[in-house]
Amino acid sequence: MTNKEKGFDTFPKLLRRNAEQRPDLPAFREKEFGIWQTYSWKDVYDNSRALALGMVNLGLKRGDAVAIIGSNRPHLYWVFSAAQAVGGLPVPIYQDGVADEIKYVLNHAETKIVVVEDQEQVDKVLSILDECPTIEHVIYKETRGMRHYKQTNLTSYEDVQEQGRAYDAKHSGFFEEEAAKATGADIATIMYTSGTTGRPKGVLLSFDNLVNSGKLSVEFENLTEKDKVLSYLPMAWVGDHLFSYSQATQAGFAVNCPENAETVLNDLKELGPTYYFAPPAIFETMLTQMMIRMEDASAIKQKMFHYFIDVAKRCGVEIMEKKPVSLKDRLLYAIGNFLVYGPLKNTLGFSQIRIAYTAGAPMGPEVFKLYRSLGLNLKQLYGQTESCAYVCIQSDHDVRPDTVGPPAPGCEIKIDEKSGEVLFKSPGSFVGYFKNDEATKEAKTADGWVHTGDAGIMTDDGQLKIIDRAKDVGKLNDGTLFAPQYIENKLKFFPFISEAVCHGDGRDTVTAFVNIDLEAVGNWAERQGLSYTSYGDLAGRDEIYAQIKECIEKVNRDLAIDSELAGAQISRFLVLPKALDADDGELTRTRKVRRRIIAERYGTLIEALYTDVTDVHIESDMTFEDGRKGSLKADIKVRDTDSFPALRVAS
Amino acid sequence: MEEQNRQIGDVLLAVEDISLSFGAVRAISDVSFNIKKGEIRAIIGPNGAGKTSMLNCINGFYHPQQGTISYKGITRNQMKPYEAAAQGIGRTFQNVALFKGMSTLDNIMTGRNLKMKSSLLSSVIWWGAAQKEELEHRRFVEDIIDFLEIEAIRKTPVGRLPYGLQKRVELGRALAAEPELLLLDEPMAGMNLEEKEDMCRFILDVNDEFGTTICLIEHDMGVVMDISDRVMVLDYGGKIADGTPEEVRADQNVIDAYLGGGH
Repeated sequence: MTNKEKGFDTFPKLLRRNAEQRPDLPAFREKEFGIWQTYSWKDVYDNSRALALGMVNLGLKRGDAVAIIGSNRPHLYWVFSAAQAVGGLPVPIYQDGVADEIKYVLNHAETKIVVVEDQEQVDKVLSILDECPTIEHVIYKETRGMRHYKQTNLTSYEDVQEQGRAYDAKHSGFFEEEAAKATGADIATIMYTSGTTGRPKGVLLSFDNLVNSGKLSVEFENLTEKDKVLSYLPMAWVGDHLFSYSQATQAGFAVNCPENAETVLNDLKELGPTYYFAPPAIFETMLTQMMIRMEDASAIKQKMFHYFIDVAKRCGVEIMEKKPVSLKDRLLYAIGNFLVYGPLKNTLGFSQIRIAYTAGAPMGPEVFKLYRSLGLNLKQLYGQTESCAYVCIQSDHDVRPDTVGPPAPGCEIKIDEKSGEVLFKSPGSFVGYFKNDEATKEAKTADGWVHTGDAGIMTDDGQLKIIDRAKDVGKLNDGTLFAPQYIENKLKFFPFISEAVCHGDGRDTVTAFVNIDLEAVGNWAERQGLSYTSYGDLAGRDEIYAQIKECIEKVNRDLAIDSELAGAQISRFLVLPKALDADDGELTRTRKVRRRIIAERYGTLIEALYTDVTDVHIESDMTFEDGRKGSLKADIKVRDTDSFPALRVAS
Repeated sequence: MEEQNRQIGDVLLAVEDISLSFGAVRAISDVSFNIKKGEIRAIIGPNGAGKTSMLNCINGFYHPQQGTISYKGITRNQMKPYEAAAQGIGRTFQNVALFKGMSTLDNIMTGRNLKMKSSLLSSVIWWGAAQKEELEHRRFVEDIIDFLEIEAIRKTPVGRLPYGLQKRVELGRALAAEPELLLLDEPMAGMNLEEKEDMCRFILDVNDEFGTTICLIEHDMGVVMDISDRVMVLDYGGKIADGTPEEVRADQNVIDAYLGGGH
């Protein structure tokens, strides 16, 4: 290992290298008071050092967990290297989690110190402090509104750093000694998975995992210190940790934090990152908004836009992939680039992007191709927390919408022949689940293969294609393969449908719940002169049902092409009167459907789908975000759809 | 919740026996009350009770025919609104009175107008002292933007914003003048529940963080009772009750005025 030879096998060591080799280059930028404030690598090192020693002064010992709760802020990123330097275990936690979720993680990790962003999080932590006996100190960054808190275990970030500097003066050499103790095999951080099923699990990742994954991907993509990335995805998510911490420290590029969650799109435009990551939902929302705004543009602009978008769809991808394209199309594309694509990318903040990733869920092939045809190098990535974010990355010259690419450098993939499950081996393969050996044994074989839980196939030329969660793949009563996510994703590619849940395992036919996309459907309704009072009202309109029915029949036609899936066409559907929401426990924080909870809550509706009623009444108890209990009462229509005969006979 | 230990000090503004009429219409009759330093003082009452007239008297827009108003111990006669502003009385309006075509940032910057010293000419050239001054003011305004959590609409023309946000921008502009006494005319009118809760939070924060004394008018009793230290109730231009929210809530006159007599 080259890392070990040079001795840069942990992040604190890498950070020190950066502070010595490029002290004045920007490491972090944060928009504050309307201006981008820059912190150099030297600033980061000094700040992190002071914080580390301050925490030692507060009683942090080697092996103690330090939780981090807040939005993407430079000061919170520094907690990682600070804790790691003195042997602490940083544990980032999703900040929008309700108190109960946070309590579970804090207790499970046996957290000693919690570092939070502001008063909101302080209140949240204080409200559960009595039930978290291991917590000794809470450190907060923003002092606003904190003047009247008299608790002795509350300290401001700056005070802790002050204590750290005093400690440093008294114990010179202590920090260097501590920082040198850790080696690559030690645990770097515990990342809690969002938990599609049951309680979150703490994934133990070692320095070797994170440092090597960072290093290999930096080499694969040629990332340098000149790159810029906008860090706006949750810090508790492994992807952000890879991009904004592992790769950034490795390559030495600057991490930029948006002003707040609402200004992200604005900040993106101002900053013009070169390296960008977004889940498919964000790309899709951007496209929907773009199309909606185009509808309000003048006739000439609309014509120009649509004409050149068609040109791009015809030849844009080929031009980017340097394939032969006729001279006429090349010229038209160049004009289109000047008039439409360039300004469009500029508005979206994509002008300087060299590499853009999407992952987490499949992306509609239309949307995917459209972005690529505009000249944006959008690629798919596949992986999970247990693999330090990636196992497969598409390479620049071979990008396809329906696969997630070949195994990344250093990674190996195999498909379990019996279950069709994807297994991998990679430098990022996790060490184990914290305090859960049973789950570790289930997920990781003795010879190092890790179960992903995803069902997939390997194409003949070595690209991985993911179909669904292995455990979700079921069978209809007649034996037809039923892959709910596969069908749901096809449904979600329609702008009108924001979420869908299909049922069918152990049933005769496939049926679906549909969530409408309020923005797209609302805009359409407005154009039709259709008035509505609320989401629920709009969702129940016959006109909307007719539109959704059309979408579903298109999906059915699509499914009919494939003989294996033709039997799994959707026969009945209903539109849910409320949007499925992570706060109500129906989706995970990463917006994946929680099937079990939905089946429990909407059981009556599922039954109605398998009878021939046309209206069903539902009353369901719900717990809202703030802990209040309420109930959902609605009358919902159920409608049939047409299905189509299989086009291709199985060979 | 945190321990509130705000300092409520001496009388900042005293109103004694004022009466105001427009021709034969008596808008305010013989009302006396005071506002203490550091408190949140509410004036409530049904529509047409004389609440806005009272605010207009305080900031010098109306001149009561009878009675005196003393601010910081100085009794004043005919005062102009801009003099009141210069002395540290800021206000917002019942109907949002912003420059619709200007951005949020520019609107709040206008609130700094009284604090700007450079001449028109040097401001136009924007060099030296004038430039430095503007940067200082911009910094102050950015603090307010951060405080009110309106970063995302910094550059948006105010006319395009929803009503609740416009109200927030207006509060920002009033704060930009660093008032000692802030008069809020129905800050929560026309808002939905969430916007109201946000606004309450901001009012409490302003009072707490900047130590600003606040006098607010509302006809929605519920909100006011939760955040005010003392409440005065007006009806038909006369004072019918004055005291802590609990006292006022139990007052028979107030119940009658709000729910109708004979209740």
